[in-house]
Amino acid sequence: MRIIIRFLEEIGSYVLLLKKTFVKPQNIRVFWEHYFRELDDIGLKTTGLISFISFFIGGVVVIQTALNLDNPLIDPSLIGFAAKQSVVLEFAPTLSSVILSGIVGSYIASTIGTMRITEQIDALDVMGVNSANFLILPKILAAVTFYPFLILLSMFLGVFGGWVAGLVTGLVSTPDYIEGIRIGFDPFHFEYSIIKTIVFAFLIATIPSFFGYYVKGGALEVGRASTKAVIWTSVMIVFWNYIITQIMLS
Amino acid sequence: MIEVKNIRKSFNRTKVLKGISAVFEKGKTNMIIGQSGSGKTVFLKTIMGLITPDEGEVAFDGRIWQQLNEKEKLSIRKEMGVVFQGNALFDSLTIEENVGFPMKMFADKSKSEIKNRVAEVLEQVGLPGVQKKFPSELSGGQQKRVAIARAIVLYPKYLFADEPNSGLDPKTAIRIDDLLHELTVQYNTTTLVNTHDMNSIMEIGEKIILLKNGYKAWEGTKDEIFYSDNPDLIDFIFSSDLYKQMRELFLKFGFKK
Repeated sequence: MRIIIRFLEEIGSYVLLLKKTFVKPQNIRVFWEHYFRELDDIGLKTTGLISFISFFIGGVVVIQTALNLDNPLIDPSLIGFAAKQSVVLEFAPTLSSVILSGIVGSYIASTIGTMRITEQIDALDVMGVNSANFLILPKILAAVTFYPFLILLSMFLGVFGGWVAGLVTGLVSTPDYIEGIRIGFDPFHFEYSIIKTIVFAFLIATIPSFFGYYVKGGALEVGRASTKAVIWTSVMIVFWNYIITQIMLS
Repeated sequence: MIEVKNIRKSFNRTKVLKGISAVFEKGKTNMIIGQSGSGKTVFLKTIMGLITPDEGEVAFDGRIWQQLNEKEKLSIRKEMGVVFQGNALFDSLTIEENVGFPMKMFADKSKSEIKNRVAEVLEQVGLPGVQKKFPSELSGGQQKRVAIARAIVLYPKYLFADEPNSGLDPKTAIRIDDLLHELTVQYNTTTLVNTHDMNSIMEIGEKIILLKNGYKAWEGTKDEIFYSDNPDLIDFIFSSDLYKQMRELFLKFGFKK
C-alpha cells in the first residue's frame, strides 16, 4: 500500500513539474539560445551513435531474415520487405528511443541533479527565474523537434545497412532487396513511427528531468537518480509503445 | 530593512526554526551565527523565499512576502543578490555569461551595456579580465568573488551570503568579508551573512544574531560580544582556548564599557 501511495505521489509531482514547465518563457531570446544549445547536446551529439547502431541493426536483420528464409519457394524479395517493416515499425523508433533514453536520460538527470545539489537551481529560483521552465522546456522542445528527423535518418540507415549486408554476404540481390522495400509501402507506417517517436521524445526529456530536478543529497544520489531515470524512461517507452500500437495499428 | 516575525519551520517532525523574530537594518552587515545544524541556512533560505515557513512572516521594507502575489514576489526577487555557500555558478557558462545572467534575463539592456556592467562589477570584486574563463578555471576564492559580482550586478537592495568563507584560507576569507562590507556600504544594501567564522564576525559583524537549536539565543553587536554574559554566546564564540584567554584578558584589563 505504501508503495502505491509513493508511486501516486511521484506521478503527482511529475504532473506538477510539467505544469510549472509548460508556461511562457520569461525571456524568449534566452529560451531560443538555450533551445539551440540543447539541440546540440541532446540531439546532434547522439546522431553518430544512433546512425552507427541503425546501420548495423539493419544489416543484422537482413542476415538473420535471409538465413531463416532458406526455402526456395519463398520469394527473396521478402527479405527486403521484412527488413523494411522491422526497421520502420520497430527498430528505428523504439530501439533507438530506448538507446536514447540511456544516453540522453542519464545526461539530463545528472546535469539537472548536479545543478540541484550545487544550489544552481536555487540560484535560478532566487533570481526569480522559473527554473523548471528554464531548464526543462528547451530540452522537451529540442527532443520532440529533433528526434523525428533522427528516427527518419535511422530508418534510412537501417534499410541501407540491410542492403549493404545483403550485398556483402550475397544473401540477397539488389533488385530483390529494392523490390522487397517497395512491397506494401504504406505511408501510414511512417506516421505511426513518427507519432511514437514524438511521444518517446517527450518521455526521454521529461522523466530524467523529473528525477534530476527533485534529487536530494550528493553525488551518490545524483548517480542513483540517473539510473532510476534511465530505467523508468525505458519502461515507459516500452509501455507507451504497446499502447500506441494498440490504438493505431489494431 | 528586513523584518522577520515569529518564523517557524519543521521538516517531517523535526522542528528546525522555533519562532525567530529579528530586524535587519539597511546599510549594515547583519550576521546570523550558530553551530552547524542550528538552523542558519534554513533561516536564510526562508527569508530569501526558497523555503516556505509554517508560521510567521518576512517583510522587505514593509512588503510582507507571505501576502504578495507572484508578480510582486518576482519584483522583490530582482532586488535580491545571493552568494551561495558553494557559489552556484553555472558550469556551462563563462564568467561573463554567469555574471551577466540576471541582467540578460530581466534587465532590458543591450549586449554592450551588459558587457560594460559585467566588466565594472568584476573590476569591483578585484577580478578584471576573467570574462572568457569558465568557473572551473578559477580558484575557490576567485569563484566566490564571481558569485559576489553576479549578486551585485543588478544593484540589489538585499544581499544574502550563506557561509561565504567556507573552504577559503584565512587571508582570502578576510578579503571576501571586507568586500561584502564595502559593497553593503556602497550599494546601501540590507546584508545578511550566515557564518560560523569567528574572524568574519569580529571583522564585519555590525549586528549579530546567534541561533541555537532553532531559537534566537542572543542578539547584539560585535562590540558587545566580549562582555556579554549570555552562556550560549560564550559557549559558541569562546569555544577555543585562545578566544577564552582573550576574553579573560579583556575583562581583566577593564575593556568593558
